[in-house]
Amino acid sequence: MRLPGPRRRRLACLVVALVVLLALLMASMMIGSTAIAPSVVWDALFHPTADIDHFAIRDYRMPRTIVGLVVGMALGVAGALIQALTRNPLADPGILGVQAGASFAVTVAVGVLGVRDISGYLWFALAGALIVTLMVLTLGSTRRGSSPVVMVLAGVCVGAVLGGVREVLQATNPDAFDAMRSWNAGSIVGRSLDLVWPILPFFAVALVLAFAVSGPLNAMALGDDLAVTQGVRVTRTRVLAIIALTLFVGGATAIAGPIGFVGLMVPHVARWIAGQHQRWIFAYSLLLAPILLLASDILGRIVMRPSEIPVGIVTAFVGAPVLIAMVLRKKASGL
Amino acid sequence: MNTRTGPDTGEVDFGRRVLVLRHRRIAVRLDWRSVVVCAVLALAAAGMAVLALMTGSYQLSPGQAISALTGGETGLVHDIVVEWRLPRVAAALVFGAALGVSGALFQSTLRNPLADPGIIGFTQGSYTGALIVILVVNGSYWQLVGGALLGGMATAVVVYVLAYRRGVQGFRLIVVGIGLAAVLDSLNTWLILEADLKVAMAAAAWGTGALNGVSWNQVLIGGACIAVLLLLAAMLSRPMRQLELGDEAAASQGVRVSTVRLGLIVVGVALTATVTAASGPIAFISLVSPHIARRLARTAGTTLAPAAFVGALLALAADYIAQHVAPTPLPVGIITVMLGGGYLGWLLFIEARRRL
Repeated sequence: MRLPGPRRRRLACLVVALVVLLALLMASMMIGSTAIAPSVVWDALFHPTADIDHFAIRDYRMPRTIVGLVVGMALGVAGALIQALTRNPLADPGILGVQAGASFAVTVAVGVLGVRDISGYLWFALAGALIVTLMVLTLGSTRRGSSPVVMVLAGVCVGAVLGGVREVLQATNPDAFDAMRSWNAGSIVGRSLDLVWPILPFFAVALVLAFAVSGPLNAMALGDDLAVTQGVRVTRTRVLAIIALTLFVGGATAIAGPIGFVGLMVPHVARWIAGQHQRWIFAYSLLLAPILLLASDILGRIVMRPSEIPVGIVTAFVGAPVLIAMVLRKKASGL
Repeated sequence: MNTRTGPDTGEVDFGRRVLVLRHRRIAVRLDWRSVVVCAVLALAAAGMAVLALMTGSYQLSPGQAISALTGGETGLVHDIVVEWRLPRVAAALVFGAALGVSGALFQSTLRNPLADPGIIGFTQGSYTGALIVILVVNGSYWQLVGGALLGGMATAVVVYVLAYRRGVQGFRLIVVGIGLAAVLDSLNTWLILEADLKVAMAAAAWGTGALNGVSWNQVLIGGACIAVLLLLAAMLSRPMRQLELGDEAAASQGVRVSTVRLGLIVVGVALTATVTAASGPIAFISLVSPHIARRLARTAGTTLAPAAFVGALLALAADYIAQHVAPTPLPVGIITVMLGGGYLGWLLFIEARRRL
């Protein structure tokens, strides 16, 4: 009998992840205020009738599940991208303030400019994400290259300032406050699929870009100088990666609000399974992140029944201990 | 953080002039430059206070404001100055001083210029405690203070325990604190989300750190707590300066290292929690004040008195901006977040780049 080689193991794990994801997609349709049997879910999707359960699935649970899937994929790859780009194991679109930038821009759009539809504020979210990414990358770089902790602090600081200003806008505008309250917690409830379609092309472009730069990012993991000697165009890679990152984070935040820690945890698990190859890390992140997001969302529906906890809050409760554990691990204690 | 003497600048350190106050067997040595800096800051704060007492929908002259303070006015002017505007001014001064000292204590204890109770989760913990009291128990002011204190202390204990590994190292503690702050932040968001809109808006407004609606009662109670804590901080300041030389050096001079450090953290958290209970979390003053104080007094280590004066002046100025300069009256915490965050960004840009 042959022992499975690394490549075979990677493929096997990928298949397992895919199966788990499909199971969670099904579970997300079944679990809620009332439990619905799998056969009814099947009928609702493929032979719909006017049945009340069918209605609940088609109009509420299916969109919610698809939003979770899409947003999860975007955040997972975004996390892997930002960690590769900054060579920072603690990088996360949430911690580094990129999501705060996107949600700040959306709050401006909603509170000040009166924009109410998502296609209108998608552009704000993208612009906010891009500006903050560039700011944090600049602030976080020291003379001896970038320092993980300085970058995290820079992100926390930018996030705090933007959060403060956002609170002003909300505090002076009760209407916007109520509209933004649940969005700010990070939630995938009640988003119709009409919100997702306009963003999908952006995600598709971002995904193509991410895989296109995966090779050069591999080379850059050893340092810019070494990458240059291998013929990698460092600046171009960086610019493309930042564009992909911005599209992912801006789009995901526009749909679901800021959901933290998914982008932090998932790439670590992906690296643990797949090794250091960016292409594999991206592929795994693509599957593992929606698993985490949907599992958190389902957990949020069950724990406080009949009330629900928004998914962004569940991921913070799951993710922060992971961050702390990572810092305490021996390897990272040099931080 | 940066001294003007030493090998870098090529200057020779001849020591500094000190002022020695003697009364029978007690002698206090004060650094001349610090004394002058404190006096100037106190004057600036007094001027700012008079300005704040004058300004408002009913404009007063400086003379009116001052004579109202000394009891020379009666009726409406007296009411406006003493009953309406003075509590807020006093609150800004007292709470600002408390935050300044609290930040100095943390930065010295954790040996990290970026340590701030807001970044490492203590403020969020106080806020969580207070929120639970507001939303769940619907409690009185004293319960609010208790909740904030308990929340802040519990967070401090958790951060300290988690970051402890043969001593507490600054950066590890900060990242642990950031993680815990994120959990508490989302817990707070959720508590507000669950509440009904009116209560939630009130709690959220309080959560941004506001001084409007502070009563004399709160100022006096908070002020009394803060006075006691500041006294404790002053008593701990000498061993604190010795600790800055390193644990071994301090221990060899007879300092009980772990007791002193624990005491410093407890006093620091208690100061933050007292302010949070009274006004909501006012961000960044505790981070910025010790830096400015150190630059003004040009001391090598942390100095508590200048940090307190800077904190008081900053809080008062920020509250003035929030009330009178902004297009609509805002909570003071918003102004400090913007100013302090900008300062921290600049600090990271300049200092961290150079030092790390």
